[in-house]
Formats: sequence, structure tokens, C-alpha cells
Amino acid sequence: MSDTAIKIENLKKQYHLGAIGGATLRGELQSWWARKQGKEDPNLRIDQSYGERNETFWALDGINLEVKKGEALGIIGTNGAGKSTLLKILSRVTAPTEGDIWINGRIASMLEVGTGFHGELTGRENVYMNGAILGMSRKEVDAKMESIIEFSECRQFIDTPVKRYSSGMYVKLAFSVASHLDSDILIMDEVLAVGDMAFQKKCLGRMEEAAEGEGRTVLYVSHNMTTIRTLCNRCIVLDKGHLIYDGTPEKAIEIYSNHNMGDYTQTHYEFDGMARRDNLGNLEYIHSFDFLHDSAAFSSDELIKFKVEWTGQVRRDNLHFRIAIRQADSTNVGMGETTILQKAVEAGNHSITGCFDPSMLTEGNYVMVISLNLIDRTSRSEMRDEAPVLIPFSITENLHLREERSRWIRKYWGSVRFPDIQIIEEK
Amino acid sequence: MEQYTTHIKSKTGWFDVDLKELYQYKDLIFLFVKRNFSTRYKQTILGPLWVIINPLLTVTLYALVFGNIAGLSTDGSPQFVFYLCSNALWAYFAACITTTSNTFVTNAGILGKVYFPRLVMPISAVLTGIFDLLIQIAMLVLIMVGYAITGTSFGTDWHVLLAPVVMLQTALIGLGFGIIIAALTTKYRDLAVLVTFGVQLWMYASPVVYTTSQIPEKLYGIYMLNPLAPMITVWRYAIIGSGTFPLGYWGISWLVTILVLVIGVVLFSRIEKTFMDTV
Repeated sequence: MSDTAIKIENLKKQYHLGAIGGATLRGELQSWWARKQGKEDPNLRIDQSYGERNETFWALDGINLEVKKGEALGIIGTNGAGKSTLLKILSRVTAPTEGDIWINGRIASMLEVGTGFHGELTGRENVYMNGAILGMSRKEVDAKMESIIEFSECRQFIDTPVKRYSSGMYVKLAFSVASHLDSDILIMDEVLAVGDMAFQKKCLGRMEEAAEGEGRTVLYVSHNMTTIRTLCNRCIVLDKGHLIYDGTPEKAIEIYSNHNMGDYTQTHYEFDGMARRDNLGNLEYIHSFDFLHDSAAFSSDELIKFKVEWTGQVRRDNLHFRIAIRQADSTNVGMGETTILQKAVEAGNHSITGCFDPSMLTEGNYVMVISLNLIDRTSRSEMRDEAPVLIPFSITENLHLREERSRWIRKYWGSVRFPDIQIIEEK
Repeated sequence: MEQYTTHIKSKTGWFDVDLKELYQYKDLIFLFVKRNFSTRYKQTILGPLWVIINPLLTVTLYALVFGNIAGLSTDGSPQFVFYLCSNALWAYFAACITTTSNTFVTNAGILGKVYFPRLVMPISAVLTGIFDLLIQIAMLVLIMVGYAITGTSFGTDWHVLLAPVVMLQTALIGLGFGIIIAALTTKYRDLAVLVTFGVQLWMYASPVVYTTSQIPEKLYGIYMLNPLAPMITVWRYAIIGSGTFPLGYWGISWLVTILVLVIGVVLFSRIEKTFMDTV
């Protein structure tokens, strides 16, 4: 037995754009008859010829992929990248246009929870129904009924028709059926987006257990980078039907989030004339931001020097400048701000040159959100202007520091490394 | 080459139906039948009683219109029994066609989300109908017993053993026509409308409310090529013992049944893998 769970070779899927065929048999026959007689097809637009009528679109365009047993593979990509098409083909809902897939083992797919649930049937009846749809025999469902009910937290309602369930209960029950299926491969399409926090956590735990503990293969599509990060040990990025990255989740998330961000060579930003949200920028207005470096790729032990230019129209005595840091996938990381700007009290053009210490940031790609804020005596701040674009930069950890420190695992620790713990006494 | 359990490929063969896999999903077929049956009459006043009321009303109407007003002969059988008998089989056939031809469209929600052999759907639709048919037969038997007590005799003999064969044939031909239409309705929805109307017309072209003895001699040969005509004739011959037993025409009818079924399954297997993209 090999250790390959799924092997995909040159997979392609083509869809037709626009209405398919003549939409009615009459239209189709009419077109066919006209063509046969060498006349013009009455159902074509004037500027089309027959071959052009059905414009096509490749949802997947030559995917090659091999997934090993026990891998938890994340699949990310923008809307329309082909993620769902890939899962649909894998779960045999639709067939590929070209290419081959070999699968080793039984597949349970959850493209949507509660597939095949019937409102009139009770929870218990639906468990049997859903189990059978997913390929379980009645005996298997019988054996697992107790633990399914237990996991779903719906024991009290199990003999009530599911049309009376709340949407949360519905999903919980559905998820527990699917997750109890003895499959070798589990395919999921963002099913965890529902259910309360505690249940989501439980589901994630269950899936991690499936992948790590039981050696099952998990394929998971999500737009939630945090779950991808915690659940998956490998991740692919799809873009317009192509596989553009295959490797660690961290790197994949970076590629996905920075898709249009470039390579950190931009150091000068101008914000004049760009629309601000809400009422920002009416009295204080940020014109530009510059990194006073050759690129926006920094080492964690250097100070990031920058210059901001702005205009104020009124006198302020409690204004300060702020830099909020986010991860490339826009998870918030932290914030730093200046003290109250002493030179900025009068109306007019101003500039601030400053430096930001990134030593607590771990290796990775980040974005800055810069803003000017008023702060009152009770420490409440009011934003006056915010740069309308995110400013990307990257951090590399300095090599000589790395030797004596643990290699950073963002999945567990986030992206901030606190200063080293001081030892007061050691015995 | 290593051993893989499943191979998903783009090409489809002409007869690519995995009957073994279908058998593995027998639990699902059973559950669908149960679901179809048990959800149909939920939140209704009379519940499953409708299975009996429905044909009774239909048959009363037939007796009134065709028996009394039009005065069509029933070859000596009591009108009520005659219509009830032929209507039971016809209603089953009609239900097979209309429900199977709609399975893809009505179940697109499930079919688009999860894989199971697609034939499970039409097969369970056909099996669901059998229950209605059996209940109607039970009712018919009771009524016949009632008639027999009051002195009417029926020519029922060992030929009654043919009844299950006709039932099976009805299921097969209903399934065959149903899946042919189902395969086409994924693309052309208006066929579904046509089916409802077509089945009604077809009923009048079959000996449901009249007997084959009323068909002119020279048209008889063509008339009996309608596969349903010999089936209903044999059905009535088997159960109430009236009419003739057209063995030759019944044979042709079986050939048509098998042909339709094979065409249906082939067409179905061509379309089942991609119909989700067009439905």
C-alpha cells in the first residue's frame, strides 16, 4: 500500500459562459435546422459566428497535485480561483473535462453541512439519512449514533423534526454526522463558519484529531487564515485555475494575502486626493509617507526610519501619530504611537521624521496603517486622518540572534516575540 | 502502478454503470423510499388515507363519466372493480414517469453537494410508488371479495401469478422512460410540462377506461404496439380474469421495455457525471 492518498494529474475543468445551448429544445432545434440548411442561426447575436457562441472558461487549468496520507492540506485562493470546483470534482459531484484523479480510500465530503437533511424528518432519522448519503451503512450509523448525538449537543431535540431546529443546531448535528464517518479522506469547504465559538473550537479539535491522531487526510478550503494556520500542515494557493504555490501554510498565506502587494521595493507613498473613509482628513490631512531606506524589507534589529508629511488647519495641543501593525492577512498585531506632537500645534504644513523599533516582530510580512489621532485627558482617542492604503513591509530576523532562540512557529505563538525573560535567580 | 480505490476520469464509457456500487448503497435506496413515503403526508388532515381516497375519487369519476354517461363497455365486469384495477396500474406507471423525470431538478440541492450513485434517486422513486400500488391492490381485493359475497363471480385463476410480473414490467418501463426524460429535463425544463400532459394523453391511448375489444379490428395490430396496452390487458386478465391474454403482443411489449430501460441507463450514465453543470 502506498502512502499517497490523492494523485491529481493535469486536471482541467471547463465551463461555458452565458446561457447553455438554446435553453429550450425548440431553440436548439431551430438553430440546428438553420445550420443544417446553411442559413444563419436565428439564435445568435449578429456579430457572432457559431463557434463563438459558447464562450468557455477554464475553472481549473492543469492542476497537478499529490497528497500523502495523513496530510492536512489547506486550499486557499481568491473567489473564483477554482477551489470549490476542485473539491466538487474530488467529491465526484461533477466530472473533470480533462485529466485524471486517483484516490486511495473512502472520501467523505462536506461541501455543505446538512446535505440531504429533510425538514420533516426528526434529527435521528436525518442522521441515518445523512449517514447513508455519505456512504455509511445502517449498522455503522447504529454503532456511532450515541457518539454522534453526544458530539452534536442536540440530545434533547434528537426526536424533533429538524425544521424546528435553530440554524446552529442544524449545523452541529450535520457536522457531527460527517465527522464520525470512517473515511480516509475528509473534504471540507468552509463548514466551520457556522456554529458558536465553543462548537467551532470543538470541530477544529475533531479535525486535528482526524489528521494527526487517526492519520486521515484532510482537505480544507477556507478564507479564514487562522484556521488554515492551526489545522493544516501543508497549503496550496490557487489563482485563476492554476496552482501557484504548494508548501507551508505560513508561506501560502503570505502569498495569498500579498497577492497584489509587490516585493517591498516601494518606499514612497502619496495619499493626496485619495478618498478617506467617514469624515477623516477634513482638518488634519496626511500627504505622504516615506521609508528612509532603500526598500521596505527590514531586519528585526534595525530601526525603521520614516517621514510623514501632513497639513493641519487648526491649532491642536493633543495630536499624536500612530502606526498600527497587522499581519499580511490583516490579523491585528499591535500598535505604537508617538507622544503628543509638540511642534504640531499650529495650523500649517508639518512633517515628522521618526523611527519605529520592530525588534518584537518575528520574521514575516506585515502592513502598517498610519494615522493621526487626538487624545483627550481620559485617554480616549479620536482619529483625525488615516492613510487610505496599507503600507507593506517585511521583517527578517537577524541570523546571529536565531542561534540561541527557538525557531518561531506562528501557529502557536502569533507574531510578537517579547523581550527575553530575565532570570532573577537560578538554582 | 500502485493500487488506487477510485479513479476519476474525464471520459465516460457508453455503459458506465457500476451496479456493484449501486448495491452498496442499498441502505440509501431504502432510506429514500422511507423518507419519500413518510414525509409525503406529514401535516395533512387525512394523512396516508389519501392513498385510498385518491383512487376511490378517480374511479368514481371514471364510473360516472365513462361507464354511465359515455356508456363504454367493461366486458361484463363490475365497473367499479374494472376501473379500480386498471387505474391502479396506470397510476403507478404515471407516478414512475413523472417522479423519476423530475428527480434531477427537484434534488439538485443534494446532488450538487455530495456523491452517491445517481441511479439511487430514480430507483427509490419507483420503489416508493410500489407501496401505493400494493395498498390499492389490497383495497381492490377487499372490494372484489365484497362483490363475490353478493353473488358476482370473477374469472380469477392461477393467472393471477402474472400480476407481479406485470408490476415488475411497469416499474422497469416507468423507470426507463423516466430516466430518459430525466436526462433530457436537466437541459430542457419544459419537457417536464410536456410529460404531465403526455402521460394523460397516453392514458387515453391505452385500455385504461375501455377494453381492447372496442378497438376496430384493422387498428388492433398497431394499437397493441403501445407497450402499455398489452400490459394493462394482461394485468386485468390476471387479476379480475376479464378480457384476453395477448401473449405475442406482451412479448413485444417486454422487448420494448428492455430496450427503453437500456437506452435510459446508457443516456443516464452519459449525463450523470456532468448534469450538475447544466441543471
